[in-house]
Amino acid sequence: MRIISRGFRGRRDRTEGGRLPPGQYLVRDFPVLSAGPTPRTKLTDWSFSITGEVDEPKTWTWEQFRSLPTETLTRDIHCVTKWSKLDTAWEGVSVDTLLEGVETAAEYVMAFSDGDYTTNLPLEDLTGGRAWVAFAYDGAPLEPQHGGPARLLVPHLYLWKSAKWVRGLRLMNDDEPGFWETYGYHMYGDPWREQRYSGD
Amino acid sequence: MDETELRLDGNAVAGILQEMFVPELTAARGRCVGCGEVGEMGAQHLYMYPHAPGAVLRCRFCEGVLAVMVRGGGRVRMALHGLVWLEVPQPAAPA
Amino acid sequence: MARAAIQRRLTWRVARVAEVVDETPRVRSLALSVPDWPGHRAGQHVDVRLTAEDGYVAERSYSIASAPDDGERLMLTVERIDDGEVSPYLTEELQPGDPVELRGPIGGYFAWTVDDGGPLLLVAGGSGVCPLMAMIRHRAARASMVPARLLYSSRTLDDVIYRDELDRDGGDGSGLEVVHTLTRGHPPGWTGRSRRIDAEMLAELAWPPERRPLAYVCGPTPLVESVASALVALGHDPDRVRTERFGPTGN
Ligand SMILES: Cc1cc2nc3c(=O)[nH]c(=O)nc-3n(C[C@H](O)[C@H](O)[C@H](O)COP(=O)(O)OP(=O)(O)OC[C@H]3O[C@@H](n4cnc5c(N)ncnc54)[C@H](O)[C@@H]3O)c2cc1C
Ligand SMILES: [Zn+2]
Repeated sequence: MRIISRGFRGRRDRTEGGRLPPGQYLVRDFPVLSAGPTPRTKLTDWSFSITGEVDEPKTWTWEQFRSLPTETLTRDIHCVTKWSKLDTAWEGVSVDTLLEGVETAAEYVMAFSDGDYTTNLPLEDLTGGRAWVAFAYDGAPLEPQHGGPARLLVPHLYLWKSAKWVRGLRLMNDDEPGFWETYGYHMYGDPWREQRYSGD
Repeated sequence: MDETELRLDGNAVAGILQEMFVPELTAARGRCVGCGEVGEMGAQHLYMYPHAPGAVLRCRFCEGVLAVMVRGGGRVRMALHGLVWLEVPQPAAPA
Repeated sequence: MARAAIQRRLTWRVARVAEVVDETPRVRSLALSVPDWPGHRAGQHVDVRLTAEDGYVAERSYSIASAPDDGERLMLTVERIDDGEVSPYLTEELQPGDPVELRGPIGGYFAWTVDDGGPLLLVAGGSGVCPLMAMIRHRAARASMVPARLLYSSRTLDDVIYRDELDRDGGDGSGLEVVHTLTRGHPPGWTGRSRRIDAEMLAELAWPPERRPLAYVCGPTPLVESVASALVALGHDPDRVRTERFGPTGN
């Protein structure tokens, strides 16, 4: 039997009901959650690669990456720890741009990051204008604690899929679990279907 | 006699498993796979707890992952692959 | 402590608030009565769980501030973090008679009993004094003469938790010394220290590494990080420097 704590509501704001997936609440700050220490890779040592099941791997230095065409976008983001943040403003390179000219039969992707973090996604979810490698938030360079210099941004999935400090995408024929997925987080992670844990 | 005759069911190890996993484990010592240092679990670095369903225990010397725990979906899952071994003191024999 | 109690699987219990005591403008102690409390060691903590009417749950850890020698009475001391989720509820909403769910005692690493000996070096920032107070109270309850020093950093004199009790204990001739340092201003005539705890202060107040003091450092994460690394840099054995980080709890 659960004891109800009389008068306890938690720090939760559900006022934007329609825009909040089930179980989520609204925050106005930007919580920091990391599975490890914040990596501090120098921009001169940074690169971004497309590897795995591709005819020809691709790599960009920071300079080359930043000379790619960029997009600005405003999206709601949803974290599995139950906070959502509305209308977040980002600038980044569309994954469509990064995959231009890449020949592959792969259907899945493992995003990999500094600090050995990984997360898996269907390739389909990274294409068609649904995913970015973002380097700016709210008009300023992305801060290290939020994933700077660059993070993956896949706003339609729970935020653990938007790998911070991302350094590349490994294309795979078969789905494989990334870091959290190995330990029981959901393989897909759709906030609207509340896919938090495997089996949800 | 060969090993097939000596083999038992895993069930028989219940006593050791209970010796290992029921007591308090923050005072248990473990050796890091990454750097080989030995430390008590309570002295290591913990990330994400209590704000997320997952928690990551990292080595305080090399920040390598020692253990990962996820609570949710009606279960607790734990991976200990960053530990070469984990050790708890054996309770003293009853007088 | 009965080993059987420790071997028991951790379960949620319902405690009742017996009494609330305002320690400082931002800190309140909750005296809880916990039926069948199995006992604890000084330095251990409990997990507290709050459940909203719609089923939403929040869990946080709180150190046990009372000595193990107090039976079914358990004292928690909570600092209010203004934008926090749980601490404002515990310090402002909870009233005597209310039930509160908790489980424990938890943690064997950051624990001390008189048999562990000393010299005992206790370093606290803000509410980090709570588990160290349990050690001080346990030491007193057992009339232990283990040399002990508490170096305690607070914002202002009004923010010092357990001030009267510490003033009394510090002069009781049992070998406990209490040193305060204030980081955000001090009253006229203040003769104590008035800066953040730094390596110099630790060099002066910690026993020399050759005495092999047993150090317990507790408080906001940044303070714990800096004190623990300073102690190790001064030559103290890292295995004898125990830490309990409370997280980003201000101060
Ligand atoms: C072992 C242990 C023992 C403890 N013992 C005590 C004790 O005896 N007394 C005591 O008062 N406290 C103690 N604490 C701290 C306590 O558990 C809580 O952390 C504290 O009460 C704050 O909880 P809260 O819900 O009020 O605040 P929270 O809602 O947890 O927020 C705390 C602060 O951190 C910020 N914050 C939270 N999450 C994020 C994030 N993701 N990104 C950025 N900022 C964030 C918040 O804005 C706020 O300022 C202990 C902690 C531990 C681990
Ligand atoms: Zn290590």
